[in-house]
Amino acid sequence: MADLRINLAGICSPNPFWLASAPPTNTGYQVQRAFEAGWGGAVWKTLGDPIINTSSRFAAVHFNGQRVAGFNNIELITDRPLEVNLKEIYETKKRFPNHALVVSLMVEPKREKWHEIVKKVEAIGVDGLELNFGCPHGMAERGMGAASGQQPDLVEMQTMWVKEAAKTPVIVKLTPNITDITTTAKAAVRGGADAISLINTINSLAGVDIDTWNTIPHVGGKGAHGGYCGPAVKPIALNMVAECARSPEVGVPISGIGGISSWRDAVEFLLMGSTGVQVCTAAMHHGFSIVEDMIDGLNNYLDGKDLHSVNELIGRSVERYSDWGDLDLNYAVVARIEQDNCIVCNKCHIACEDTSHQCIERHTDVNGNGYLKVREEDCVGCNLCSIVCPVEGAISMIEIPTGELPLSWNQRQAAIGATGSGNDSEDSGKKEAV
Amino acid sequence: MGKSLNVNATFIPSESLRRNFAEVKAGMRPMEAIEESNRCLYCYDAPCIKACPTGINIPSFIKKIASGNMLGSARAIMDANPVGATCARVCPTEELCEGACVLNHSSKPIMIGDLQRYATDWAIKNEQMLFTAGHSNGMAVAVIGGGPAGLSAARELARFGFAVTIFEAREQAGGLDTYGIVSFRLPQSISLWEVEQVRKLGVDIRTGVRVGTDISTAELLEQYDAVVLAIGMSKVPMLGIDGEQLEGVYDAIDFVEVTKTEIKTDLVGKRTAVIGAGNTAVDAATCSVRLGASNVKMVYRRTNEEMTAYDFEFEFAKQDGVEFEWLTAPVRIIGDENGRVKGLECIKMRLEASEDGGRKLPVPVKGSNFTLAVEAVIKAIGQTRHLSLIEQLGIEHKRGIVTVDPDTYQTSNPHIYAAGDVIFGEGQGEAMVVSAAQQGKLTAYSIYNTLSAGRERYG
Ligand SMILES: Cc1cc2nc3c(=O)[nH]c(=O)nc-3n(C[C@H](O)[C@H](O)[C@H](O)COP(=O)(O)OP(=O)(O)OC[C@H]3O[C@@H](n4cnc5c(N)ncnc54)[C@H](O)[C@@H]3O)c2cc1C
Ligand SMILES: Cc1cc2nc3c(=O)[nH]c(=O)nc-3n(C[C@H](O)[C@H](O)[C@H](O)COP(=O)(O)O)c2cc1C
Ligand code: SF4
Ligand code: SF4
Ligand code: SF4
Repeated sequence: MADLRINLAGICSPNPFWLASAPPTNTGYQVQRAFEAGWGGAVWKTLGDPIINTSSRFAAVHFNGQRVAGFNNIELITDRPLEVNLKEIYETKKRFPNHALVVSLMVEPKREKWHEIVKKVEAIGVDGLELNFGCPHGMAERGMGAASGQQPDLVEMQTMWVKEAAKTPVIVKLTPNITDITTTAKAAVRGGADAISLINTINSLAGVDIDTWNTIPHVGGKGAHGGYCGPAVKPIALNMVAECARSPEVGVPISGIGGISSWRDAVEFLLMGSTGVQVCTAAMHHGFSIVEDMIDGLNNYLDGKDLHSVNELIGRSVERYSDWGDLDLNYAVVARIEQDNCIVCNKCHIACEDTSHQCIERHTDVNGNGYLKVREEDCVGCNLCSIVCPVEGAISMIEIPTGELPLSWNQRQAAIGATGSGNDSEDSGKKEAV
Repeated sequence: MGKSLNVNATFIPSESLRRNFAEVKAGMRPMEAIEESNRCLYCYDAPCIKACPTGINIPSFIKKIASGNMLGSARAIMDANPVGATCARVCPTEELCEGACVLNHSSKPIMIGDLQRYATDWAIKNEQMLFTAGHSNGMAVAVIGGGPAGLSAARELARFGFAVTIFEAREQAGGLDTYGIVSFRLPQSISLWEVEQVRKLGVDIRTGVRVGTDISTAELLEQYDAVVLAIGMSKVPMLGIDGEQLEGVYDAIDFVEVTKTEIKTDLVGKRTAVIGAGNTAVDAATCSVRLGASNVKMVYRRTNEEMTAYDFEFEFAKQDGVEFEWLTAPVRIIGDENGRVKGLECIKMRLEASEDGGRKLPVPVKGSNFTLAVEAVIKAIGQTRHLSLIEQLGIEHKRGIVTVDPDTYQTSNPHIYAAGDVIFGEGQGEAMVVSAAQQGKLTAYSIYNTLSAGRERYG
């Protein structure tokens, strides 16, 4: 039984699994049910001046028969009065003193507004605050959410205002709708953020109904862009988390969010530098009980690796995440087909033939059965065949010793600069990315 | 399936017969398991859970397969069902969990049994120890009989901290899982793994000890705080017709049992009649086919409508090429000059409505006698009870079916509890491994609640 407790910038929780600020954390009833089910923490649905929501709010992208590969919403922040929320937050914290209860906030970019809400919320006893600079729709049109989250100076200034009044740790939640996430992350840190959380949702349109020509979702025949989340956004979120984790100027704890559906996803976020994770879509798809396997699976994983605490995972893969220019150009892998596992669907062949480097040959054995073989000398090690291969263990990417010392693009350019020779030689030319 | 069997010859070496007893169904392959587990909807308040007599949290164990948490998956199964690996193979799933799966209404049900086998096979292969014993509570319980009911009670009691001793008459524990259910559906090693899981919790399993003969019931009642009676049922009853003593007449349970440990060749080329049409009869019939019998007929006095074997068992028998003599009852077994079976005289029956409106009654059709030329007869018309031990214990019973309080599993002697086939009958329970396991569990909870009165209740 490993120790699953985490401490994120002073906010402690019995395990790293928190519910993200969203419909699952809308009310005390829900958050208390979630804690009973095992969630270690929750970020309350964003408080601010109550808004009016539309009817018809969500849509999803189903992929080849699997439901909810991605999820899209045009919901805004809480639509319930502040007093009601505060009363329920108080009751929830009283019932669950050891769970992390963080409250998400969003107000107009005005100093007094921030001071006022911070004081009101902290007065009832919460473990931390999360500033929602991320909501990409509706609120942005009022100068809040992503609208302020896309401007580093606004992020910095508002964080500073909050820090002037706040006594509990302040987490700044970042919008992914920006070119370089570290810009706003650094701004938050300059403003005094104790931690950052990311990502909020990504601008999206879930679809268009090809019969009615309406947008999906639509509100009485009209649509507007929404925010995308769920399994499909995980790689985007993971990269953004990793970029922040490896930036020395960010340097604050990270709460990872985006597409986390299982303990495995959580482990990946932890390895890439998150101290804990937040979940929304997976809970909306399956209910709070999914946390049971998240906890159990994480625990068994840690036991299997002989790790005593989940904290031993945090950031362990960050140093392996680098820039393209630092990758070793002399490292080489080639595809190899394990004939015993191959079911001869020929998908690897056609993928390589039509869209890669034409090096998977089709042969027939003495019994007239087809088999495939990689012409290793022509294989560039792109991984495509192993990606399209439908069976486990049929294609492995094997490391080939090149006999050459590691050399990155940056090192190569530096060496060329030193010798003054700018001409590309043929042999290295093919390894360049364009 | 029949095609691939090595049968229909007059001489077959036992080695090739042995292959006929290898597990028929292959386990799921990883890709199948991943696809299937991801197909499960993870229903809330799922009907499959309610349809499992042991209440395995099916969506949870399936989700764990999908997430790659195999240890957690195996534990979720075995937690609810101490013989969950056996049940994955022998439960009539289409009548239980799979029959209740909501996907029956929109697609195909989830293959719950196969996924359950996939997860428990993983635990077996990886030699996982899934549970730990509770802190000793200073109390001791004796369990008579180490079948699924006894093992299940013992495991739960050990987890509560009781010192548990199982007294098992046979050489190995596991009951009918070890000795009674045909190998091609349930290899013995699976049952023995489950026994080992219980033993590793510190349960003292004393095999080769027959209670009532090797140790007195009085001694047990004196030495233990509670006694669990889980002795199952006994042999097949006598048919009460001429010729039962002839060479070539077998008791179906003994007959199947022999095949669990050794493969004999004495049925090769013989025509065989199996009397009865329950699951045991089907098992005896399919075993006969696999032992090289040249023709196997099941003789039943009612029709396939009334047969008690599960549909999947019936299908299995048909696939093995077993033939059926419906509305036929045995009259006498005919022997040759050497005292060996050479025929079975039968009479045709017809069904008549019973006066109380219950099951239709078979009535002989006068003058319809005929003889089946057979060299072997296997009797599979139910099981008798361990009457003498039940009487020694002095507890109430109806024709060997021990009476229990349905809530507490207590017999008429409050120190003696009973679970499994020993309480099956008279509308009480079902003779299935999974119900024996559940009753064993509930018995353990009841003992815990009674003996540790004042402490926290369980179940
Ligand atoms: C041929 C056959 C096929 C079956 N197939 C299926 C199937 O496919 N699926 C299914 O769910 N069920 C099946 N069953 C039913 C299932 O096996 C039983 O319902 C189940 O085993 C009952 O469990 P139990 O623990 O009550 O009894 P048992 O499994 O009979 O175990 C009782 C144990 O008590 C021991 N014992 C008896 N007397 C004493 C004594 N005096 N002292 C010490 N030990 C004693 C016995 O040796 C035995 O080990 C089948 C049964 C048979 C006979
Ligand atoms: C319907 C819906 C409403 C949301 N509302 C909020 C919100 O009020 N405040 C906020 O910070 N994030 C909100 N989010 C974003 C989530 O907190 C989370 O950042 C995002 O969904 C990514 O996580 P996921 O992939 O696990 O869903 C909302 C998301 C959804 C789906
Ligand atoms: S989930 Fe369905 S029933 Fe519930 S509020 Fe939404 S639309 Fe209505
Ligand atoms: S894609 Fe995989 S399975 Fe299909 S032919 Fe290639 S190696 Fe074989
Ligand atoms: S009913 Fe079927 S789909 Fe639903 S949880 Fe059970 S096995 Fe899965």
